[in-house]
Parts: sequence; C-alpha cells; structure tokens
Amino acid sequence: MTAVVTYREALNQAMREEMRRDDRVFLIGEEVGYYQGAFKVSKGFVEEFGPQRVLDTPITEAGFTGLAIGAAMAGLRPIVELMTFNFGILAMDQIVNNAAKIRYMSGGQLSVPLVIRGPGSAAHQLAAQHSQSLEAWFCHVPGLKVVAPATPRDAKGLLKAAVRDDNPVIFIEAQLLYGTKGDVPDGEEIIPIGQAEVKRMGQDVTVVAYSKMLLVALEAAQEAANQGIDSEVIDLRTLKPLDVATIVRSVRKTGRLIIVEEGWRFAGLGAQIAESVYSQAFYALDQPIVRVTGEEVPMPYSRNLEDLAIPDRARVSAAITRMVRR
Amino acid sequence: MTDDPQKLLALYRQMVLIRRFEEKSAEMYALAKIGGFLHLYIGQEAVAVGSMDTIRPDDYVISAYREHGHCLARGSDPKQVMAELFGKATGLCKGKGGSMHLVDVSRNFMGGYAIVGGHLPLAAGLAFAIKYRHGDQVVLCFFGDGAVPSGQAHESFNLAALWSLPVIFICENNRYGMGTPVEREMSLYRNLIERATSHGMLAEQVDGMDVLAVRDCLQRVVAFVRTQRCPYFVEALTYRFMGHSMSDPAHGHYRTRAEVEEARKQDPIARLKAHLLATGQARETDFKEIEQNVEAQIDEAVQFAEKSPVPPASALYEDVYVEA
Repeated sequence: MTAVVTYREALNQAMREEMRRDDRVFLIGEEVGYYQGAFKVSKGFVEEFGPQRVLDTPITEAGFTGLAIGAAMAGLRPIVELMTFNFGILAMDQIVNNAAKIRYMSGGQLSVPLVIRGPGSAAHQLAAQHSQSLEAWFCHVPGLKVVAPATPRDAKGLLKAAVRDDNPVIFIEAQLLYGTKGDVPDGEEIIPIGQAEVKRMGQDVTVVAYSKMLLVALEAAQEAANQGIDSEVIDLRTLKPLDVATIVRSVRKTGRLIIVEEGWRFAGLGAQIAESVYSQAFYALDQPIVRVTGEEVPMPYSRNLEDLAIPDRARVSAAITRMVRR
Repeated sequence: MTDDPQKLLALYRQMVLIRRFEEKSAEMYALAKIGGFLHLYIGQEAVAVGSMDTIRPDDYVISAYREHGHCLARGSDPKQVMAELFGKATGLCKGKGGSMHLVDVSRNFMGGYAIVGGHLPLAAGLAFAIKYRHGDQVVLCFFGDGAVPSGQAHESFNLAALWSLPVIFICENNRYGMGTPVEREMSLYRNLIERATSHGMLAEQVDGMDVLAVRDCLQRVVAFVRTQRCPYFVEALTYRFMGHSMSDPAHGHYRTRAEVEEARKQDPIARLKAHLLATGQARETDFKEIEQNVEAQIDEAVQFAEKSPVPPASALYEDVYVEA
C-alpha cells in the first residue's frame, strides 16, 4: 500500500519514525521547535518529543552545528536543520574541518554520525544570498556523504538511511520541492545511500539530474517524447558517493549524455560526473557530453532575469533535441 | 596544606614528564624525526597537570593544537604520543593526526584541534551529550587567549550558558596569540573573564604558573559544575617559554629576551620544587629519582617511536568513512 504525501510530510515522517525508534536521535536548528520549522518540516515535533530533543537555537550556525558534531562524537545521533544551506556557509569550518575529518584524524577512534539537512538551490526571487546550489562544495570533501532526493519517496527512505549512517551526511532538500506530492509506501522503507535510480527508461539519450532538476528533466523528456525522442532519465539521489555504474550502464545503451544541474557551471558537479563517465565509457559516447547548468552569476532578484539564470524545461528539451537530431 | 607529599610529587613528576617530553620533541624536530608544525607546551605545564588531577576517567577533555601536555597529563602513553609525532603506525592516531591532532578515546581525550576557536562548539556538544543522558560528567575544554575573541568561542559560551551545559572553559592566557600580544588582539585584555561573565557564566582567574593553585581552583570548579550543571570559565595566567611553534625562537621579534627570562622565574616546576623543599615535604633525592625515572621513560618513548613502522600504504584510505 502507498499513500500520496508531500515531500515535506515525507521528511517529517522519516524524522518522526527515526526519533521514535532511537532516543539518541534529536533535532536541532533555528525555529525547529515551537515555530514548527521555517518550512514546517518539523511540524508537531516539539509537542511529541519535547524541547530536550527538539532544540530551537540562536542564529549561530557554526555554534550549533559544532555542538551537534560534539554530541555525535559522544555517541548521540543529531539531525541539524539548516534553515537553508546558504546559512550553512557559516558552519563550513565545522562541517569541513571537524565533521568530515575527525574520524580520519583520530585514526578511526571517533566517528560523527550526523545529518545536516535543509533546503538548497533557488526558490523564487529570494536573490543572491538565498538562492544557490552549493552541493559541489560538500561533494569535494572526503569524509562527507551528500544526498539530494527529488521525490517524497526518496526523501523519506534516504533520510532514514542518513540518520542510521555512522558518517556525516549532508542532506540537501529544496524549497520548491516541499509542496510536491508523490507515492510513499506504507511502513518502513530504507533507500540505501549511493544508489541512483532510472526514473524514466529510454533508448536515445541519457539525462542525469537530481533534486528539483529531476522534475525539469522529466518534463523535458516528456516534451522530447512528443517529438519521438526516447529519453532515459537518471535521478542521482546520492551525489557522493556517486553511482557512476548506473550512469555508465545507461550511456552504453544510449551513447549520449546530458547532465542537468542548477548550480554554477565552473567546477560544478556535472564536471565531475562528465569526467567519471569519460574515464569509464569514453568509447560508448557518440558525442561529447552536454551540460545544462545554472548561469555563472549571483542570482538576480528580478523574475525575468532569475528565469534566465536557472535551467528550465525548454532549455533541457532543446539540449535533448539538438543532441539526438545532430 | 594537608596534602599527601606523594601526591604532590606525582604532580611534580607529571610536569617534568611533559617538560622533558617537549624538550625531546624539539630535539627530534631538529633531527627531522618530527615534521610539520610543532607547538610546545613548555612553561604552561601547571595548567594541564593541575586541572587533570581533579577529574574522573569518564569526564571529557578536549584541547587545541598545543595539546601534548593535556594528552600526557590525561594519562596517555608517552610511547604512543611520541610515535604519533613521528608519524608512525603505532601512534595514538596511527600516524594520521600528528602533533596537532592527538586523540585518545580510551581516556576520553577527545582531541587536539587546529582551527583557533573551532573546538569550543565541540566541547559544548560533549557537554550537551552528558546533559541529554542525565550524566554527571564534566568537560574540560582548553584553549588559548587567541581563541577568545573568535566568533565560534562566543557562540559556544552563549549556548553553554543558555542551555546550562557542564563544560569548563579553561583559557590558558599565555599573553600571545602567536606573535600578537593580547593588548593588540582584544579590547578589555586585562581581564578575559569578562568575556564569560557577559554571557552569564561564572568565571575566575588563577595563577597558571602554580600547579597547586590551579588544582585547588579546578577542584572547586569541577565540584561546582558537577553538582550545579552549568558552565564555568577559568582564565589561567600563564606563559610559554618557547616560540609559538618551532619556526620561531623563544623570544622572537615580538617579545624581548628579558621578558622571557623574567617569566622563567615563575617556572611552575621550579616553584613546586621550592615549595616542597621549603615545607620539608620532599628532599633533593626525591626529585633526582623522578628526573631519572622520567628520562628513562622519555628515552623509551623515543626508542619505541624510532623502531615502530610507518603506516602501510593500505592505511591511506582507511578511516575516511565508517564502513557499513
């Protein structure tokens, strides 16, 4: 049996179930308690679990993220909610220098079982400081895992896996996904970290995307299908460790690859994906890999300019058509 | 003072152990047996030794990058510490951490951290975990004066005070953040405890060159924090006799030889020895015996480090992640 729930509700269920299962799990962040979460993801939590396990913090990301890392070193399993990943920049020292490295520096004596979650990427007209896709920053750092689910089902199953993982997991959501709906199975489903999923089967071209760009890629694939082009769409779900095998398997079938990402092009995640595919499946490719990315500008406020800065269905479907009709 | 003289000699021994360990480390650094950055604790021994004497094995300790002394005072094996400095597989952290990142989980020594101010939130987190589990342990968090003006320090002070976390922040004010004197790095530099009291935390100063004063202070503070479940800030007034690291000499350009010589008159080891002799609690032979004993222990540590193997190439990718 499945139920149709929102992405927001799926995250809420995942955390609620994990907090009921394991009393070492707690939620900490700005407005997660009495405010019910800035995006209402933790609705009802402080009422169910109490303020000892649902901690409203001052607006000090370095402090409370570091506190959570310390608590994890002592054996608790914190979930840190960043109101948005933009504010996570303030916690980068804690994430990069402490969370990611403590296990290695200590020769395996310590571990940091920690989830840091919240929305990344742009919403609508939030301007430059609130609209950015920083996943490449985190993916660059050994010791971190990075997850960016696109659907309610994946959000729930991957968040449960993240909470149970003994490593620090960066879990990137999206404001524009919170209200989206999808089927989520009843009962417990754990979706393993590190596995991409083919969300649409096709023969002509492979389109790789993640987070809300998956929805754009699926729409573009549908549009291309109207012109007789059969696209395969892969949802990465986990960005690190990257499931290169699933991408390569698809590319061996289609011979064509388009990578869609919302972040900036230069040194973006797609560059790494392309390198991974070139090094493993160069001769399977009929053409150079194409990347559809965000434009290399701070996000403008004006809606028309903002629309130009972010990949959309039209741009992705044009890329598909160009590639297949070449 | 109704102390057992044997206990006082044990404190003396701990300080001498750290002093000789550090002197030997400097020697080994000159011989290129130890690489990277090396920050010696010489001059500040009374702070680590006096503090560590007041806590239980299940309490937590965390420090910055000048932490050999804290690690040894906590009871870690000098052989494993020296092997870590040598980058050997038998080191505390299998040669992955080095001088600035000593960790000994078997002693709840949760590590040395080398981003100034960056470990104070971790200390608050360890204390949070204690509170979360309704435990009665405390956390000792050591850092230098250089960390005090940092944002992460103040975020930690605020969280610790706000949430009544059982952490004791021990600021070792050695008067220099690297080469910058406190009066050029902080407003209100004369009294760092105001930084803590402004967050609603109890705080006091102690003579960090007097191991008995440090011990008495921490004994009181630890008992208070253990029962009252709240943070506390201690400013230990101390001095490092050596440079910031091995790359600068003892006096450097930023302080005079005369100033260092003057501070050396407060040598914590000499002070305790003078006190024990003056009060008839120990004799010269006691100190000689300790010196010889420590020398042998340090020699053994160096030999152990020398003979130990370097980490195998297969260790490179070990412990990046916890494998499922």
